[in-house]
Amino acid sequence: MKIEAHSPPPPGVQRGWLKQQRRVRTWPLMAPAVGLLLVWMIVPLVLTLWYSFQGYNLLSPPQGFVGLDNYVYLLTDPGLPQVVWNTLAIVVLALSTTIGFGILFAVLYDQPFLGRGVARLLVIAPFFVMPTVSALVWKNLLMHPVYGLFAWVSRSFGIAPIDWFADHPMMAIVIIISWEWIPFVTLILLTSLQSLDRDQVEAARMDGAGPFATFFFITLPHLGRPIAVVVMLETIFFLSVYAEILVTTVGGPGLETTNIPFYIYSRALLAYDVGGASAGGIFAIVIANIVAFFFVRSIARQL
Amino acid sequence: MTLKTLLSAAAFLAVAGSASAQTTLTVATVNNPDMVVMQKYSSKFEEKTGIKLKWLVLEENVLRQRVTTDISTKGGQFDVVTIGMYETPIWGKAGWLVPFDDTPDTYNIKDVLPSVRDGLSYEGKLYSLPFYAESTMTFYRTDLFKKAGLTMPDKPSWDQIAEFAAKLDDKANGTYGLCIRGQPGWGENMAIVGLMGNAWGGQLFDMKWKPGYNSDAWKEAVKFYVDVGNKYGPPGMVGNGFNENLALFSSGHCGMWIDATVAAGFLYDPKRSQVSDKVGFAQAPVEKWNKGNGWLWAWALGIPTSSQKSKEAKEFIEWATSPDYIKMIGESEGWVTAPPGTRQSTYDNPAYQKAAPFAKPTLDAITAADPINGTKDPKPYAGITFATIPEMQAIGNFTGQQVAAALTGKATVEQALDQAAANAERTLKQAGYYK
Repeated sequence: MKIEAHSPPPPGVQRGWLKQQRRVRTWPLMAPAVGLLLVWMIVPLVLTLWYSFQGYNLLSPPQGFVGLDNYVYLLTDPGLPQVVWNTLAIVVLALSTTIGFGILFAVLYDQPFLGRGVARLLVIAPFFVMPTVSALVWKNLLMHPVYGLFAWVSRSFGIAPIDWFADHPMMAIVIIISWEWIPFVTLILLTSLQSLDRDQVEAARMDGAGPFATFFFITLPHLGRPIAVVVMLETIFFLSVYAEILVTTVGGPGLETTNIPFYIYSRALLAYDVGGASAGGIFAIVIANIVAFFFVRSIARQL
Repeated sequence: MTLKTLLSAAAFLAVAGSASAQTTLTVATVNNPDMVVMQKYSSKFEEKTGIKLKWLVLEENVLRQRVTTDISTKGGQFDVVTIGMYETPIWGKAGWLVPFDDTPDTYNIKDVLPSVRDGLSYEGKLYSLPFYAESTMTFYRTDLFKKAGLTMPDKPSWDQIAEFAAKLDDKANGTYGLCIRGQPGWGENMAIVGLMGNAWGGQLFDMKWKPGYNSDAWKEAVKFYVDVGNKYGPPGMVGNGFNENLALFSSGHCGMWIDATVAAGFLYDPKRSQVSDKVGFAQAPVEKWNKGNGWLWAWALGIPTSSQKSKEAKEFIEWATSPDYIKMIGESEGWVTAPPGTRQSTYDNPAYQKAAPFAKPTLDAITAADPINGTKDPKPYAGITFATIPEMQAIGNFTGQQVAAALTGKATVEQALDQAAANAERTLKQAGYYK
């Protein structure tokens, strides 16, 4: 109110001054942060690009320019289609499992029942276990065909135990990842359920909607946005699943569970082929961008 | 002017500081029991020489990655590295390791077994000194053999092994006829499968560096491996490496086990094994060809050329691999625990012979293992289950995965080996072997 008491300066002057002030204030302040982020991104990218044109095996120096050789060897690798397929399979399977169970748990734990606080805490707990640790727990304590809990259960029913990592390696990996990420989905969806308008639910029930109709026509549409967010975030993480594979199957048997990150790791640190691994890294960026373009963007548009 | 003075002052201080400080060596080693013992006794070395040791004890694969990336980029993090028979000749050739050509007389280099010395040399120069060495042998349960009325020959054939395994196999009671490695990796399943390839008359590469994985000999050998593995092996065999099989055999779950000779020390030790009084030892099995049936491996200590303290590092390595060290461990920890496989004097020692009945079969296996001539047809590479070329790890790991796929029925043996051979050929082509 005080400002209005002063005589207003001519409009043009004020606007110009404001504009100038804005330019002066934000730009130099923003520049270091933006510059740092840019360098942070550009330097590794450029280095990876540079290495991808080098024939550089750590064990047989010297390195030298080889043109597109690394890319030729990468793209003609007969295993590559399966590796790409595995990467996408992990993303799609883990996404559908985590979101399916996440919705179920969110709806269940939204209901009032005795000990709900403790139950909620327990359902969220797996998210705080480190990936390598949970992979080790699943590998040795649960899924091991001799000492594992599952083997013990199936043996006590007289069924031959399943050798998970040999017979169903991809399923085993997806189960482990899902176990880690269901809590995350549950947490996000549970929070958003709490903002669901109770009056609407009440009204629906008065109109004769059963629990299923309420779920499909009120709860699920309400969860649309958080689900889209979860899909985006999880896609980013599932594209780069690595620790679980390294600890359990080491990409095998054969190439059954080798995804792009693991493929790059095996090129870089098992074969010490820096050039080939860098070409793989560039390839992974391309794949991730394709996925982002078609998948994440179509969802993001709904937001 | 002021800056210059400051800098020179700082430089002087740094020099003075490093001269007055104790020398500290950074030692990277593998987490095997023998190395853990070395770490425990290293305080004796520190007391004797005043040199301090900083330890980095890692799991085998992690160690290999850390050491390889450090040495190949001249990082200079380590003064002493633990490497094997695979790395030593390659790195020696690349000039990354300090040669050991002036060991003192007290070290008695002639006492080190010739096959081990050869495996750690490049063009006649030693590039690392062996801490312990191993070959392959067949372990079996004497009580189960007696019960089934079987006798293990001194040098069995794989056919006999399969025959015995069929008779010993008692899955209902948790006894599996035969335990062998299934875990994919060039040093894991490919070690045993590589021996089988040799025993069936095959080899890794022919004289023109064409891979031998898809040869008839290899196909027959891997079919045999997959067959006995699935019939008489424990469930989850594809996850079993040396340590898993050691746990299975020492807790009484295996009738036979074919693996590294160092396991003998553990199996025979009542503190660590439930079957210590029922273990028999025989040579590794042969088949159509009677050589190349046992691998040769040594964990050895070397010095990167990037180390600034190679003189002190040499002092430490010569201490840790000396006859006196072996004697000290034998006398204070028990002779069964003494690092095996490196020196003739260990095997000539009556105390060791008395304590370790596996001494002779171990020595026989190590002396028989020949990295140069072991296969039926001539080969261009040194090494028994691996070739000492930089590309071997990549080729071996891929093939290991393919063999694991065949073992678990994800692919047929033919498919798996054809893919392995195609991959090996691609890798060698990329590295410029065919010109």
